[in-house]
Amino acid sequence: MLVVSAALLAAITGRAGAQAAGASAAPVAQQAAADTALEARTNAVAGQLRCPVCQGVSIQDSPAELAQQMRDLVREQLRTGKSPDEVKAYFVSKYGEWILLQPRASGFNILIYALPVLVVLGGLAVIVVAMRRWTKPPENLSI
Amino acid sequence: MIGPFAHDALLIALPILMLGIVLAPVAVRTGRREWIPVVYSTLYTNFLLVSTATVAMIVALVTHDFSVSYVAQVGSRATPLFYTVISLWGALEGSILFWAWVLALYGSVVVWLNRNRPGNLIPYTALALLAVSLFFGILLVGPANPFHPVFPIPADGPGPNPLLQNHILMGVHPPLLYLGYVGMTVPFAFAVGAMLSGEVTGDDWIKLSHRWTLLSWGFLSAAIVAGMWWSYEVLGWGGYWAWDPVENASFLPWLTATAYLHSMVLQERRGMLRLWNVNLVVGTFVLTVLGTFLTRSGIISSVHAFTVGVIGYYFLAFIALVLIGALVMVAGNSDRLRTSGRMDSAASRETVFLLNNLFLTAFMFTVLIGTLFPLIAEAIRGVKVSVGAPFFNRMTLPMVVMLLFLMGVGPALPWRSATAAEMRSKLLPPLVGAFLFCVGALVAGARNFYGVVAFTFVGYAAVANLREYWIGLRARRNAHGEGWATALYRLIRGNQRRYGGYLAHLGLLIAALGIAGSSSFRREREMTMKPGDTLTVAGQTIRLKGVWGREEVQRSVIGATVEVLKNGRVVGVIEPRMNYYPTSDQPVPTPQVRSTIGGDLYLTLMSFDPNGAHATIRAIVQPLVSWIWFGGGVIVLGALIGMLPARRRPDSSLSEPDVVPVRGAVVAETAP
Amino acid sequence: MNWKRSLIAAVTAVPVILLFAWGFTRDPGEIPSPLPGHAAPQFSLDVFAPGQPPLSRPVGDTVRLADLRGQVVVLNFWASWCGACREEHAVLSTTARLYTGRPVHFLGVLYNDSLAAGEAWIAEMGGQSYPSMQDPGARTAIDYGLYGVPETFFIDGDGRVAYKQLGPVTGVGLAHIVDSLIAALPPKPAAPATKSRS
Repeated sequence: MLVVSAALLAAITGRAGAQAAGASAAPVAQQAAADTALEARTNAVAGQLRCPVCQGVSIQDSPAELAQQMRDLVREQLRTGKSPDEVKAYFVSKYGEWILLQPRASGFNILIYALPVLVVLGGLAVIVVAMRRWTKPPENLSI
Repeated sequence: MIGPFAHDALLIALPILMLGIVLAPVAVRTGRREWIPVVYSTLYTNFLLVSTATVAMIVALVTHDFSVSYVAQVGSRATPLFYTVISLWGALEGSILFWAWVLALYGSVVVWLNRNRPGNLIPYTALALLAVSLFFGILLVGPANPFHPVFPIPADGPGPNPLLQNHILMGVHPPLLYLGYVGMTVPFAFAVGAMLSGEVTGDDWIKLSHRWTLLSWGFLSAAIVAGMWWSYEVLGWGGYWAWDPVENASFLPWLTATAYLHSMVLQERRGMLRLWNVNLVVGTFVLTVLGTFLTRSGIISSVHAFTVGVIGYYFLAFIALVLIGALVMVAGNSDRLRTSGRMDSAASRETVFLLNNLFLTAFMFTVLIGTLFPLIAEAIRGVKVSVGAPFFNRMTLPMVVMLLFLMGVGPALPWRSATAAEMRSKLLPPLVGAFLFCVGALVAGARNFYGVVAFTFVGYAAVANLREYWIGLRARRNAHGEGWATALYRLIRGNQRRYGGYLAHLGLLIAALGIAGSSSFRREREMTMKPGDTLTVAGQTIRLKGVWGREEVQRSVIGATVEVLKNGRVVGVIEPRMNYYPTSDQPVPTPQVRSTIGGDLYLTLMSFDPNGAHATIRAIVQPLVSWIWFGGGVIVLGALIGMLPARRRPDSSLSEPDVVPVRGAVVAETAP
Repeated sequence: MNWKRSLIAAVTAVPVILLFAWGFTRDPGEIPSPLPGHAAPQFSLDVFAPGQPPLSRPVGDTVRLADLRGQVVVLNFWASWCGACREEHAVLSTTARLYTGRPVHFLGVLYNDSLAAGEAWIAEMGGQSYPSMQDPGARTAIDYGLYGVPETFFIDGDGRVAYKQLGPVTGVGLAHIVDSLIAALPPKPAAPATKSRS
């Protein structure tokens, strides 16, 4: 369908670019795919970094100028082959751990990840024990 | 002139409140019932006095009486009347005045409606309301006095905070929030009254507080959604929830109140969870105080943090008193509240309610620890850390998914116990919805695990809740030959709480769809455009027509006119702007949204060339966003239905909650 | 009432209250910089506002931090839209002139602003004694972990960030820091082995 309409368009406008377009299509598509992938990686990293001039939003979400510039920097560092962790480490070396919107799961910070899980598990245990007791026949209920 | 007068009114209220606080226990202990009306009248008097001060403040704002400190702080002759009136809650002192007024209103109405009730529950409830009112009374004559005389009297003021006068929702969100937040004081006061009077072993206080909890919960739900809408329309990043401490502060009591709305049914029906319910009610109030403390004291950085001052210490003292007082009372009464609960089977709605409470509580705990963690980490490690959206999303998504699942299973399971056949007939049909939503999400291109799971469970729960309506309707039609509308009306009227609850579920599911859809399928692009340039994002094309500037009374506006194109034709115009207020260095970005039922096109003007040669536009396409606002409305409708006064029936034995009381026709899954 | 249990419950509230009380002593808006004590990020920026003789440098001249090794550098980030920058402008400009001939370089960096606005601001403030540089894309600002203006970095002779000032500098504080950094500079090869501290 798309091919047909493209051909029609070419025929109508009389452009003889169909051949050339076909030839260059593959590298362009590759380039676009690479751009999309880079953009996705940039968004992922930028979403983890806190905008220094805003309130609690990431540089991905913030419309502030500095946030945009930091996003550009993230993209550039990723393009030059840095890993997401290295990019984050760069920003931590400049702004401290403060810039990570998600605390590193190491040392004391583990608490913030472990405690909610423990609450769920502990609560489940309490419910199971309580239900065992509550579902016993009444005559055994003397506690 | 009006300033000192209003200040005097607030000053007089203090000894009156103290009188009530002293008189209430004395009257009860000495058995002098004739003093109890005096206790109640102190609440009414306080309401009159605080109302006087509030009206005086509105008059001062509207007449631009800059001799009043608060007016000098937030007023301006250029501000439109609407924003002048709502600046009553635009800054710290005014918001405390408004808070005190809402509290006084609640206190008076609660006591008035129950003034003839025998026993000591209401006098002690009044005591708790008086005590909380006294704290706000002290704030208002002390550190948060909005009526300081100003001399020399300024000719004009700076006007309200630009962010707060930029959108009409600022007239809606704060009052709703205060009505919800402050309303949570009422169930707390009932719980305190119950503990002090010894009536906590009965269920009366739960019945009395139920409607108040539902009312406050409805307000709070509406306030949260309105707040999301406001930040979406104003803050310019295309999102509606950033897990900012102030957002969390409104969300925390909502979670515990939601848990309580479910668990109190278990106490009413099965005598279970007495101690737990007291904990939830008290905890909800403590969380409202905590949230207020965190956002007013400035110890945690937040979007809305009010100016820091000595008021933080007052709040610290208050929260210490409330926390210790509540813990002492609840722990001291814990022996009396041992539950005598009985359950017939694990395969029952009771189990779902217990799990619902577990996950809501764990959700609350996760949000709470995430909000406080920066403070804890700095105290213990000496390092500043941030806890933001990535953390909260990652940790709470599994719980949200679990709650969506329970929302589908709960209504389908009967109370007490379910047979295997019952479970099959109830739990299997909603799988159709799960399947459809799952496939729909995958076809639409959702690939992240939680997104797809969320869609699936939303589908399951939606069918399960709708099916409850359907079963009820069909039974009524078959039994009585009623039309659809009549059947629906009588079905709901027959059991408002149950069907109101299902409606609230559906509202929540609609909002969940909006959230899942907009976060899974968000596409955005940013481009610097010359007039005539077009930009395409997610299949939507826009064209910059021009950049313009305009002077308004209270601000200057720079805007871009952007046309929305469809097949080359202009189908709409969006004008994102930047508003410049004289009080602020930075412009206030004012995004514009073109909203349809399918999705939103959200444009922000990021920067512009002063000569109008080009402008940088950020375009965000998000499907289903408007469903969140619509879902919020449905939630509120559900709460309203649940609150309707029950119709008096000659046959009062049929008020059993899960039975449709129509001439003996029992249309419910309850075991006989 | 079970008072024993009440007491235990009340005690559990104490750490929470203490935490909040301690919280009052902190400023949640401040982001502590990890830079002091570490090597200052290198930069190489073009002058857009020349400053005034004798401290001036030609417009377009590239200033490299590496070239200033062995001397103290006072790096001030500013913008024309920044209110507090007006407060400190006179202090910085005057102090820089007073230290003419000493081993210290005052440098301004324009942060997220147009050059025209920056030049207009300098003219409005009655000139700036030392040169200011442009920072396209705020790369240097991000390298220095900037989150607001004004921020001023004091770089010692070894190229380390010795101190960071958030918000406007004051005359006394500025002179004190610069003096102590100059005093800590390694002595000139001509007069070896004596370490002087004022």
